[in-house]
Amino acid sequence: MNEVEIFRSEVKTWLADHCPPEMRMPITDDEICWGGRDFVFINNAQHSWLNDMAARGWTVPAWPKSYGGGGLNGDKQKILAEELTNINARSPLQSFGISMLGPALLEYGSEQQKLLYLPQIARGEIRWCQGYSEPDAGSDLASVKTKGVDDGDDFIVSGQKVWTSYADQADWIFCLVRTEPDEPKHKGISFLLFDMKSKGVSTKPIKLISGSSPFCETFFDEVRVPKTNIIGGRGEGWTIAKYLLTHEREMIGSSDLLFGGDDVCGTARDAIGLDDDGQLDDPILRAEIGGFIVDEMAFDAHMDMTKAYMRAGNQLGARSAELKYLGTELNKTRQNLLMASGGVDALTWEDVGNLAPQAPRSWLRSKGNSIEGGTSEIMLSILSKAILKIPS
Amino acid sequence: MEILIEDHQMLLNSATGYLAKKQSVAAFRALRDGDEPLGYDATAYRQMADLGWMGLVLPEEYGGSDFGYRAAGLIAEQMGRNLTAMPFVSTAILSATILREIGGDMLTEWGMKIAMGECVVALAIDEGAKHRPGQIKTQAVRDGDGYLLSGDKSFIADGMGADRLIVSAMLEGELTLFWLDPLEACFGTSCCDIAPQKLLDHRNYASFYIKNCRLNENTLIAKGEVAEKALAKALCAGRAVVAAEQLGMAKECAARTVEYLNTRKQFGVLIGVFQTLQHRMAHLYCEIEQTSSLVAQALNAIDENAEECEKLSRAAKAKVAKLGKLATEEAVQMHGGIGMTDELDLGLFMKRDRVLTEFLGDAACHIEWLLREQKI
Repeated sequence: MNEVEIFRSEVKTWLADHCPPEMRMPITDDEICWGGRDFVFINNAQHSWLNDMAARGWTVPAWPKSYGGGGLNGDKQKILAEELTNINARSPLQSFGISMLGPALLEYGSEQQKLLYLPQIARGEIRWCQGYSEPDAGSDLASVKTKGVDDGDDFIVSGQKVWTSYADQADWIFCLVRTEPDEPKHKGISFLLFDMKSKGVSTKPIKLISGSSPFCETFFDEVRVPKTNIIGGRGEGWTIAKYLLTHEREMIGSSDLLFGGDDVCGTARDAIGLDDDGQLDDPILRAEIGGFIVDEMAFDAHMDMTKAYMRAGNQLGARSAELKYLGTELNKTRQNLLMASGGVDALTWEDVGNLAPQAPRSWLRSKGNSIEGGTSEIMLSILSKAILKIPS
Repeated sequence: MEILIEDHQMLLNSATGYLAKKQSVAAFRALRDGDEPLGYDATAYRQMADLGWMGLVLPEEYGGSDFGYRAAGLIAEQMGRNLTAMPFVSTAILSATILREIGGDMLTEWGMKIAMGECVVALAIDEGAKHRPGQIKTQAVRDGDGYLLSGDKSFIADGMGADRLIVSAMLEGELTLFWLDPLEACFGTSCCDIAPQKLLDHRNYASFYIKNCRLNENTLIAKGEVAEKALAKALCAGRAVVAAEQLGMAKECAARTVEYLNTRKQFGVLIGVFQTLQHRMAHLYCEIEQTSSLVAQALNAIDENAEECEKLSRAAKAKVAKLGKLATEEAVQMHGGIGMTDELDLGLFMKRDRVLTEFLGDAACHIEWLLREQKI
């Protein structure tokens, strides 16, 4: 056996011993392991699965071992992912620390910061949230007004963030703060980390058209943040923010939560039925589904190619915008077709024994996919400028 | 996004250089304006064979390189960008694949000739307005030790002047492939004739009608399951390689349009500064990128003999039909009036794209298959 085959067989054996049966069942939103100081594990299996995977560094297989990662190369990452899929293993840990802050720290953090924060993320000890958008800084994110006033060894942070996912459950926040008010817009922002338990931090959930949501409004009233908690230098926050956003877009564009959902063909077959020729008893909807199948196959192929491209050590950079745009627009189409396929059945908002049917909520929620993490229009502007080099 | 293996990258580099120099859009325009009856340059055809492109999907013992369909797709994509007119898909992909599937003496004799660029073999399967290879009216009946063939065929790419035609017909209720020598067929008589079909892309197409044409015993090269399998494989490959050609055309139209947005001025500014054009261009770019991945995946699946290769090749052909329409329409629209002129090349791309969309089946044809596969 060569090195790769040996690794595969080791992974198989280890997973057989360590992945509990409860962690090989399909997962629901309520069963995701987010980690963090106050996280309540649903059972012992979830807890031991996280601990065992973290001990091997496999919650973040690509990160260096010194920061709590697995230190695996592209081939080995692929093998681990394949073997996890083979046994239907649940993800041991979902976290914005892994998908967003981690890559930014690896790129821009000091050695001391990496050694402090990355292992906590890898072990699921600290849950992070993202303080980016503000009421007056949406698509124009660089116009953030939350201010950090220089006060000796600290900044005094005041202002308001919005669309802060899971702010009410997060332990720490990574936050864009204007620390250099006299510098031009893009040069006056710093990237700060601070504890959500700090004095002066408060949060309030936001209810969406789809019902309750993880989004919050977050308020800072003279929060004291040590200057050592800055990533990169003062005024370098925008560079880091942009880098981090490429990872967020990658995550949104490729999210299993977006795409693991109901299958359009099955829903249509069940709700509408087939005619005597075995065709969906709604020829116009059937044709629309046909177009969707082709688009979905194209996107899936593109995701596969993208994953291989990244495993080979390439960074996506601005191209994450194309995945985000294509993936979220496709998901809106899928949700529209699921509603059309379900017909009246899909309209039920509340039923005996089911207080929150999924179909209408998922459909409504999907409208936000092409807004959050940068709107489709912003994605197209990025691609036009950064990839096509069209003058703006 | 695809990462090419080194051999493929080298092939691509040589194809890009050769085609841009010898077989550019200007070369195609000269063929069109010169009313060249074959629709391609016979000398250049030999050169292309010398580069090894005609034997890409043929085994080495038959003069090929066995580089495979992904490699053929790379060549086809560059031919698309340059509007290169060559009997590549007809001979090196469709016919070569059928021969490869059938094997035996036919492959020994003709595989070598195809790889050397010594012959053109065209596939005659279409009969009506739409590609329906499974519903054909052409009939053959046994006649002593031979056959009598009757039927109409059209949209035969590179059929005029071809050395051989592979003709599909029904014999005893089974799909059958005949190997027809146009010189020995009774073309030119009152009951049989072959004629050029002049389509809007100015390439070589033929149509023929045949009534009780007598064929020798050895003209039957495949029947029943063997014929079904060989044709299915050839169509699978043909769809994916044609999709690659159309993809190349879409990329070229997009590249020329980006260039135009960066040079054309109106209202005192480059028109590229207008966000409405930027967003449409970026949308086209995204569609090109995901279609590229699907086309590559389909071609790779054919090389790997993967089960899903038929599904992928049909999806790729359907997706590229949508893309080609978008790319050519956007290119003409964003160029404005000049985009409508014959002097600019965009119209040539639009015409060729329309033809290739019908060739080997349009989007609806393949989407219908995909829907049936999904059992809805």
